[in-house]
Amino acid sequence: MDFKGSDTIPGPRAEDQLPHTAQAAAKIVIVGGFGVGKTTMVGSVSEIKPLTTEETMTQAGIGVDDNFGSATKTATTVAMDFGRISITDQLVLYLFGTPGQQRFWFLWNGLFEGALGAVVLVDTRRLEVSFDVMGRLEERGVPFVVAINSFPDAPRYPMDELRTALDLAPGIPIMECDARRRASSRDVLMTLMRFLHSLAMTGSRT
Amino acid sequence: MTPPQRQRREPAPEPSKPKEGEGKVGNPERMYVVAGPDGERAELDLVTLIVARAVDPPPSATPEQAALLRLCAAPLSVAELSAYLGLPFSAMGVLLTDLLTAELVHARSPIVRQAVPDRSLLEAVMNGLQRL
Repeated sequence: MDFKGSDTIPGPRAEDQLPHTAQAAAKIVIVGGFGVGKTTMVGSVSEIKPLTTEETMTQAGIGVDDNFGSATKTATTVAMDFGRISITDQLVLYLFGTPGQQRFWFLWNGLFEGALGAVVLVDTRRLEVSFDVMGRLEERGVPFVVAINSFPDAPRYPMDELRTALDLAPGIPIMECDARRRASSRDVLMTLMRFLHSLAMTGSRT
Repeated sequence: MTPPQRQRREPAPEPSKPKEGEGKVGNPERMYVVAGPDGERAELDLVTLIVARAVDPPPSATPEQAALLRLCAAPLSVAELSAYLGLPFSAMGVLLTDLLTAELVHARSPIVRQAVPDRSLLEAVMNGLQRL
């Protein structure tokens, strides 16, 4: 592995340092297809410039149509952008924008298992790319809300039609948002928190 | 125009507990961190906060270790360390396990989702978001 010389490593800017009182962090994941606006949403609410953590995935390909059935190995680098919001002097919230494909999830231990909840970011031009990730969240019991990132040229459907198309369980919030705007992205996170709170009140699991 | 139609899925049944000793066989590269005096091992999380115990790295520290110790003079998540050091998450496990064993850093455990969410935590997060 390449390692940059330790003298050249830029750390957090002074204003980006967490206080020593920071005791614990929680995380939220923002999932969606490529180009749906995950990093935009992370960036619009994060107090730090979004950072990227990378992981390398090595896949052993089983020969089907390659050289006479010989196994091949390919390495794919998967990147995940994330941001941070300081909640109190003790508590920090991290937001991870992650690729929707389930085969990437195991790369980061407990990314979904430990997350408080998820935001499924949806582009109505490609509604179906979010279907699989929503199913995976349901299977794993990860509570989520759906946010429609309103692109200007995207088809607009009535909310109840989208709710039906996405086959959302009753009670799962769905809303429009503009991921570029801090207030709008914050509203999405607030909706997720209120939803989680309502689950806590009823003591139910999703 | 009608949107495409999805089919909802049900929660998968709880996976049966693996038998003693065979649980991690399929995942030999998984990294662990020694956590606390009871000898319990906890998985390293992206949002485990790491803090250096001393400002100056010992002379025996490798360049990677020295860089990490400098970065976490103030608490920093494993994800941020991975980003600043340009190292994959899996490499962080190796690096941090050594530093934790040598008692050069502290690890502050993350808050993870519970079957029934912690209401006071959620209320604190809502208050924090309101101030954004």
